[in-house]
Amino acid sequence: MAFDEQYYNIGYLDRLSYQDTFVHRLDPRIKLITTLLFLFTVISFSKYEVAALLPFFLFPVILLTAGEIPLWFILKKVVIVSPFAIFIGIFNPLLDASPVTVLPGLTLAAGWFSFASILLKFILTVSTALLLVATTSFPTVCHGLRQLGVPSIFVSQLLFLYRYIFVLAEEAMRMVRARDMRSFGHEGTNVKVFIRIAGVLFLRTVERAERIYSAMLARGFQGDMPTRKRYRITARDLVFAGSVTFYLFVFRFYPATEILGRFFQELF
Amino acid sequence: MHMADALLSPAVGATMWAGSLAALGYSSKRLKENIDNKTIPLMGVMGAFIFAAQMINFTIPGTGSSGHLGGGMILAAILGPYAAFLVMASVLTAQALFFADGGLLALGCNIWNLGIYPCFLAYPLIYKPIAGDGTNSRRLAVAAVISALLALQLGAFSVVLETFLSGKSELPFTSFVLLMQPIHLAIGLVEGFVTVGIISYVKTSRPEFLENSIASRPLADGTPVKNTLIAFAILAVITGGAISWFASTHPDGLEWSIEKVTGKRELAQQTQGISATLRKLQEKTAFLPDYNFKPPSKEKAAGEKSPVWPGIEAGTSIAGVVGGAIVLSVIVLIGFAIRTFKKRQD
Repeated sequence: MAFDEQYYNIGYLDRLSYQDTFVHRLDPRIKLITTLLFLFTVISFSKYEVAALLPFFLFPVILLTAGEIPLWFILKKVVIVSPFAIFIGIFNPLLDASPVTVLPGLTLAAGWFSFASILLKFILTVSTALLLVATTSFPTVCHGLRQLGVPSIFVSQLLFLYRYIFVLAEEAMRMVRARDMRSFGHEGTNVKVFIRIAGVLFLRTVERAERIYSAMLARGFQGDMPTRKRYRITARDLVFAGSVTFYLFVFRFYPATEILGRFFQELF
Repeated sequence: MHMADALLSPAVGATMWAGSLAALGYSSKRLKENIDNKTIPLMGVMGAFIFAAQMINFTIPGTGSSGHLGGGMILAAILGPYAAFLVMASVLTAQALFFADGGLLALGCNIWNLGIYPCFLAYPLIYKPIAGDGTNSRRLAVAAVISALLALQLGAFSVVLETFLSGKSELPFTSFVLLMQPIHLAIGLVEGFVTVGIISYVKTSRPEFLENSIASRPLADGTPVKNTLIAFAILAVITGGAISWFASTHPDGLEWSIEKVTGKRELAQQTQGISATLRKLQEKTAFLPDYNFKPPSKEKAAGEKSPVWPGIEAGTSIAGVVGGAIVLSVIVLIGFAIRTFKKRQD
């Protein structure tokens, strides 16, 4: 992926998270916990499970539509990170070839089911994780983590990182552009040049850190990064958490897809 | 290489999270005891540096493919293990959230694979003893290359182990290892050279910075090896406890993957030809070599009760296909309904 595109992707994701919708207004802790619960439920299905995973698409779809997040953006990001899961899973159909009859006359290797299951789980987990940031914003996730008891030093580390990603990425982007304009083809993009660029970037980073530190001291920094905004868990948050938990519980333990399919089969 | 959520079982994911969280808590505590406030902004900006440096690609000599910086060893060499571990964990967290690299449940694995090994194994046991105080540049180079290489090898091996224990992939353990380790040997070498390059570049252009950071490093005057060994012992106990707890309460976790190993034989006898050699190789070198987890008679009974492939008849799977189509269309409809409702509101 091109450098600029990567950079603008973060910026875009960040911008999305400052919208004001029902999903954006939920308490960050509630969103974090329900998301983790969702992810845990999804990966707890056995490796051949395909049909029972389908109802779980409801959760990301609701986050996506109620949070007004563009579908193509999430899909694109899911596709970009998919190679590893596909690479690991693609061997399943070859290695696990015991035949399974799907429909009368259609027999597939059992491995195709586990492969499909990996892919479904992959899409579900990745899109939900992305939707969490897209509807919560990174700093808010961090403050949620802080309130959930994650050490404050790690949370300030995350907040700093987030704040300076944009600054340093722009700096790096300028350097890369300068390099690319001076190099032809692969000439000039070798490791040696990279080391020089990274070295310069590093020194600039350190100098920047010193300036930041002085600026922070001047503003009364004492080792912690407090937030101004207080988050309170409201009745709406509890209703959301309750219904998500109920939904996860029902579809984890009742094969709703199959029951529904049976019902319609008998109907016709 | 980042571990992905989809390949994890809950037991493995939770265990790795427990280990990584313990290391996070321990590092935070250690840092808090002897940190000057100046280090906090430095750590934060260093994380952003690693993030930005990872975005710069370079061509790997001889192959023409492009490589990226991992960064664990550079951080450890400059910030010391505890701060480096926190920075690495924060970089991985940001990657998981912004790029969905890996995932939130796999984040525990990724912090472990890419953070623990360089900071708490390679740094105190290899880098520090060889590099010494960092004045001899040849020793520094050797130390950086070897430790970066080793850290990455351990990380790659852990990815294999985590995937294997989760049991979602059919890849045989040995062939997966044989696939991953050599690739990461090459990546680790490049990583090592880049680490050396950046450290020595910083050393020549701003020597006082490295000297200061090495001198002020809290770990340098303690006994790092002893401390890390204690930390590892604690982690091992926690991890072991987590595994056994999950194994006893969640039958679809570790126990399930063991069942998969035991059941594999039956399955393998049914399939013919497709992977006979691979199967033999795997049976010889299986991670849990003998199948005597249960007495043979019981194993048979258990095998009948819950075979590896849940006995699916055609009727069930038709129901699955029909039901799946209905469920998906209902979800799409709900999505469209919310979207149009929203648009009408605006």
